[in-house]
Amino acid sequence: MSVLDSKIPQGPLEHKWNTYKNNINLVNPANKRNIDIIMVGTGLAGGSAAATLAELGYNVKTFCYQDSPRRAHSIAAQGGINASKNYQGDGDSDYRLFYDTVKGGDYRAREANVYRLAEVSGNIIDQCVAQGVPFAREYGGQLDNRSFGGVLVSRTFYAKGQTGQQLLLGAYSAMNRQINRGKVQSYTRHEMLDVVIVGGKARGIIARDLVTGEIERHSAHAVVIASGGYGNVFYLSTNAMGSNATAAWKVHKKGAFFANPCFTQIHPTCIPVSGEHQSKLTLMSESLRNDGRIWVPKKLEDAKAIREGRLKPTELAEEDRDYYLERRYPAFGNLVPRDVASRAAKERCDAGYGVNKTGEAVYLDFGSAFMRYGKEAVATQKIDNATEAQTRELGKKVVEAKYGNLFQMYEKIVDENPYETPMKIYPAVHYTMGGLWVDYNLQTTVPGLYAAGEANFSDHGANRLGASALMQGLADGYFVLPYTMGDYLAADIRTGAIPTNSPEFDEAEQKVREQLERLMNTNGTKSVDHFHKRLGKIMWNKVGMSRNATHLREAIVEIKELREEFWKDVRIPGEVNGMNTELEKAGRVADFLELGELFAKDALHREESCGGHFREEYQTEEGEALRDDENFMYVAAWEYTGEPADAILHKENLDYEYIEVKTRSYK
Amino acid sequence: MNLTLKIWRQKDANAKGGIVTYQLGGVEPDMSFLEMLDVLNQDLIDKGEEPVVFDHDCREGICGTCSLQINGEPHGPDRLITTCQLHMRMFNDGDTIVIEPFRAKAFPVIKDLIVDRSSFERIQQAGGYVSVNTSGNTQDANAILVPKPQADAAFDAATCIGCGACVAACKNASAMLFTSAKVSQLALLPQGEVEADRRVLAMVEQMDKEGFGNCTNTGACEIECPKGISLENIARLNREYLRASTK
Repeated sequence: MSVLDSKIPQGPLEHKWNTYKNNINLVNPANKRNIDIIMVGTGLAGGSAAATLAELGYNVKTFCYQDSPRRAHSIAAQGGINASKNYQGDGDSDYRLFYDTVKGGDYRAREANVYRLAEVSGNIIDQCVAQGVPFAREYGGQLDNRSFGGVLVSRTFYAKGQTGQQLLLGAYSAMNRQINRGKVQSYTRHEMLDVVIVGGKARGIIARDLVTGEIERHSAHAVVIASGGYGNVFYLSTNAMGSNATAAWKVHKKGAFFANPCFTQIHPTCIPVSGEHQSKLTLMSESLRNDGRIWVPKKLEDAKAIREGRLKPTELAEEDRDYYLERRYPAFGNLVPRDVASRAAKERCDAGYGVNKTGEAVYLDFGSAFMRYGKEAVATQKIDNATEAQTRELGKKVVEAKYGNLFQMYEKIVDENPYETPMKIYPAVHYTMGGLWVDYNLQTTVPGLYAAGEANFSDHGANRLGASALMQGLADGYFVLPYTMGDYLAADIRTGAIPTNSPEFDEAEQKVREQLERLMNTNGTKSVDHFHKRLGKIMWNKVGMSRNATHLREAIVEIKELREEFWKDVRIPGEVNGMNTELEKAGRVADFLELGELFAKDALHREESCGGHFREEYQTEEGEALRDDENFMYVAAWEYTGEPADAILHKENLDYEYIEVKTRSYK
Repeated sequence: MNLTLKIWRQKDANAKGGIVTYQLGGVEPDMSFLEMLDVLNQDLIDKGEEPVVFDHDCREGICGTCSLQINGEPHGPDRLITTCQLHMRMFNDGDTIVIEPFRAKAFPVIKDLIVDRSSFERIQQAGGYVSVNTSGNTQDANAILVPKPQADAAFDAATCIGCGACVAACKNASAMLFTSAKVSQLALLPQGEVEADRRVLAMVEQMDKEGFGNCTNTGACEIECPKGISLENIARLNREYLRASTK
């Protein structure tokens, strides 16, 4: 077992990043013109990195499977982006943001990376505002903030319920400026199918043009994987239909270690599954937990009556409701972190208190908020003798102004009016904290190969706090990679253009063609979705919100069997040349069928509960996660050796010098 | 529900396309429109036929990938939603539904229901940005004060998802609503004002080059826009353009 070198700079925590920047090698502007960079993925991390590296003078090629970089799934983030600006004067600071993130991640993140993240967070907001991102503002013209789960300050900047979209359009516009200058070449409807390694360094990729089906070779001096997470291994998730792990998985198979795959975030407030036809899940922003209260009936017979349609939730008296988050976690109440809220919902539903037909839903109720805001409105509008109904109506207007678009979205999907009856919600797979192992430079274990945003593992430990994904994606892209990659590329100024006619490119292209042919020639009987859905069921039932050794062992066997069946029995109509969406999906599912097994293996090996990883064998008497710092305070980085089952474990020990490791409590 | 689907099939950009009729049973009102198409495609694959390809990704109404002209309307009969948010409860048992790609000279068909919207990309690349470098040394965010009504108006314009419904709805296939949304967003903010003239001229020039038609103010785009982008933006674009071109 080797020790991974995370290359954390020396010196005190708050000086590490500056010291690092002062001591790295720089590339002069003339030389930057001779250096090429490939960016796989154009979301917040990839888009911002592409724009910044091109501004600096490098030649950047970007690749995305969507028809435009603006459609990357970063766009779907709703609630906001954190930054330690302390504009509210409520005691926020870089240290506090760092502290909250490390604690929120259940002490499984790397201190130095998280501190750097907090340090550059304020710059992100400055940068986005300068680009014209229309953040919410107060009447004085200054930026507004709100609060998110797991913290006690208001540090979240937002643009209504579409913060991700506005930030992505900011990065996209910065990219467009560089495309207009000829410094970025954007390849849309392209998918990376392998990385090319020459002399031990990442030197290019093999990509497929999804319109023509042509296989292309692209070379560069460095390659960045910014292709997002692997949540779609569960089939049903809040990810986009096309979100996939292929780029990350292919580089893993070429030597990049994969870290903590079992750290996956299940978001507590999503619209419950409605039937077998379901293709994806829709998130209801965490910001709703600022005003909504989560509950289930106190009595089993009431829950049963609700499920059978004999009782309406609005008919249930206050004393017959169990506001279980407020009961269990009085300090944070409905704003506990996501992993805690999700597990608590599952616990109640498993105990028989679920409130929809499938028994897998809890209520998110705005009744109290209507009355609270209503009373405020009655007071400010000086209405005498307001009736309860009048007050409630006034309150609804206030809630509508805050969350109108989310309420509308809910009504369109569920066909129930959330102003009249509480929303039904249930946890769903949302984000993956695990990903490619990277050092402080965001470089993987392959030189010249970097990973940014959700695709890497580094900042969120075992659980990510709300509004921190956007922060990390943009931090990596705007402010980290441009420095760390420069340091690496300084050694490449005399290399010259990388040729694409080398044996390494030949071999990589050959392998890609072979896999495509093999998929096309299988001529089986079942569709790609058939296998994807079955994989999703195994993952959700046995590697989902709570896990145990027996289920995990079964999952490992079942996934392997399913993979073998896939390669014997998948059916892909159409041709390999030209557009073939089934073929695209097949390649992605083939990779998920391997990744899922490593995921389960990682979950089995981690004999503790922490963050999003909950092992039933390791819990306190009150059912809280029981960490084992003595044995598991490390990053598990897996090395591929041929089969997921044979992956070799490497450990990066985590040292906490600046933070006291405690039991995470939100009580 | 049982449905008759009349769907545009076209092998590739150069092939001649045509309507093919399919019968589909077992559709549930809770399904989204795209999930209904998933069921159809599953049937086709089971029969060994090529599935109908259509653009889609986030399936929650924000990425702007999905398109489809459904019974003659972009994103179908409901208002303020994208096709992926359209649910089958909007239809009745026994209905015939006609599904075509978005039609415009500047949106050539790639295959079946998928069109090439890269013309939108090029309009954005021509000037849809603020020329500021990512140095991290810009001024503090709160040093730029923006009055709330102006910030809100800029936000409303910025909610455009670039789906192209405005073009598909327009009898002239004009891209004015799309272009005006970006021009407006940046013209309304002090950050974008500095290069507003250059931006509007460059974006309009590119829009014309792409082969989009002219605007005759029918307002169809506003009605079909899934994000409710207002016609006021077109008026603002015209003002900005006039001002810039007479300087």
